[in-house]
Amino acid sequence: MIRIVDLHKSFKSQKVLDGVDLEIEDGKTTVIIGRSGGGKSVLLKHIIGLMKPDSGQILVDDVDIAKLDDRGLNEVRKKFGMLFQEGALFDSMNVAENVGFSLREHTKMKKEEIRAVVAERLKAVGLPGIEEKMPSELSGGMRKRVALARAIAINPQIVLFDEPTTGLDPIMLEAINHLIIDTQKNFNLTCIVISHDIESIFKVGHKIAMLYEGKIIEYGTPEEIKTSANPVLKQFLTGSIEGPIQIM
Amino acid sequence: MNLKISESLDNLGRSVLSGVEQMGGMLILLISTFGWMFRPPLKLRNIIKQMEFVGVKSTFVVVLTGTFTGMVLALQSYHGFRLFSAEGLVGSTVALSMTRELGPVLTGLMVTARAGSAMAAELGTMRVTEQIDALYVMAANPIKYLVVPRIAASVLMVPLLTAISDFLGILGGYFVGVVLLDINEGIFLDNIYKYVELDDIYNGLVKAAFFGLLLSLIGCYKGFNTRGGAEGVGMATTEAVVIASVSILVADYFLTAIMF
Repeated sequence: MIRIVDLHKSFKSQKVLDGVDLEIEDGKTTVIIGRSGGGKSVLLKHIIGLMKPDSGQILVDDVDIAKLDDRGLNEVRKKFGMLFQEGALFDSMNVAENVGFSLREHTKMKKEEIRAVVAERLKAVGLPGIEEKMPSELSGGMRKRVALARAIAINPQIVLFDEPTTGLDPIMLEAINHLIIDTQKNFNLTCIVISHDIESIFKVGHKIAMLYEGKIIEYGTPEEIKTSANPVLKQFLTGSIEGPIQIM
Repeated sequence: MNLKISESLDNLGRSVLSGVEQMGGMLILLISTFGWMFRPPLKLRNIIKQMEFVGVKSTFVVVLTGTFTGMVLALQSYHGFRLFSAEGLVGSTVALSMTRELGPVLTGLMVTARAGSAMAAELGTMRVTEQIDALYVMAANPIKYLVVPRIAASVLMVPLLTAISDFLGILGGYFVGVVLLDINEGIFLDNIYKYVELDDIYNGLVKAAFFGLLLSLIGCYKGFNTRGGAEGVGMATTEAVVIASVSILVADYFLTAIMF
């Protein structure tokens, strides 16, 4: 279980997170929505300990990761996988080396065993047999799928998705959505997805949270979100120019 | 007028603060590099890969610069020494200049241009494309994976490249002096044996190791702290080359003052 309590973060004078409270349910997909530059990625980076908060707690299985040193943080991170916006595959490694990275580093598995897991994960993301390809030879959608295979290679409990559908064509977008749903189900993962693609969030999310002006202003099931009377949420979902959200 | 002075002082203050901040950042990176360097598992494969990149792949450029520097040095010093009939000193002048000064400095500068810039660009690209964050997320420390191999490889390989440069510089000097300008071979070589001591070579190699540390530390620091996309990577690369080159020349003076 991940619990975020009264999380604050500012960059110089700009408040990005201003008292975020959020509970992420185990074995479910929670989608965090909000405007571009509204602090979603910053929140995600706090959840995995890439950023330290100014104040507040991030509890992962009741351990406050904001207070952990590097060694403790690394232990917690082994529970996580993360799919970065552009994949963040290592350029200098081929697909097999990318997907098998965590297995090589953190397990005592033999080369053949790692090779088998890599092949299985690549098959799970619909890309069997591309082990020898380099990241530069892959399309944007393929790169994201390989990155997902890498994220789930070590059997994490929690997978974070940072805008997984940004920059994809509609068909690939749909494929990635299905992949998130299938992966979550098949591996019984707790998923946190950051997105502002309205169609996708209702497809993949069991719970949806809206981050606005540094706070979670609405949290609920897709149905509850759709029927919410919150004017900020309504404007965001309809993409209207008129409303409480100011366009800068 | 007052406003202009105040603005200038403000800019000066900012530059000084930024300089101090960067030096502090490099020192912290250096300390944490040493902290990770000997912590198992040692990533020997990564170190060897970097040794190939920094060392083997810089050999050609170092061979060229070393040889031609020795040759031009012989040519220039020959014209000077000929004025008072001391052409025989050309060999020792070339050998001393190469081993004590030009070998380490030129090798350091060449490796900075070739490998130091690549370190800044590669790590900078990894930073802006979140590959460094990905390493953190996968519980792998980027300093151990990225910085330690580059610094270890540079400290080991720059002295080796310098040894090649020294040798070829002297050989180039021999070719110009003895073969082209007809200096007596016996006198040329005898003066090298007489005036060049082993300490000259050792100290030159120690300087080279220090230059290797400087150029890799600066390249890695600049790459690691890159911000702002492709423009940021370009800026980090340029800054790394400029700062490392100037640092090598400044450090050279102080090391020479201490060692020789």
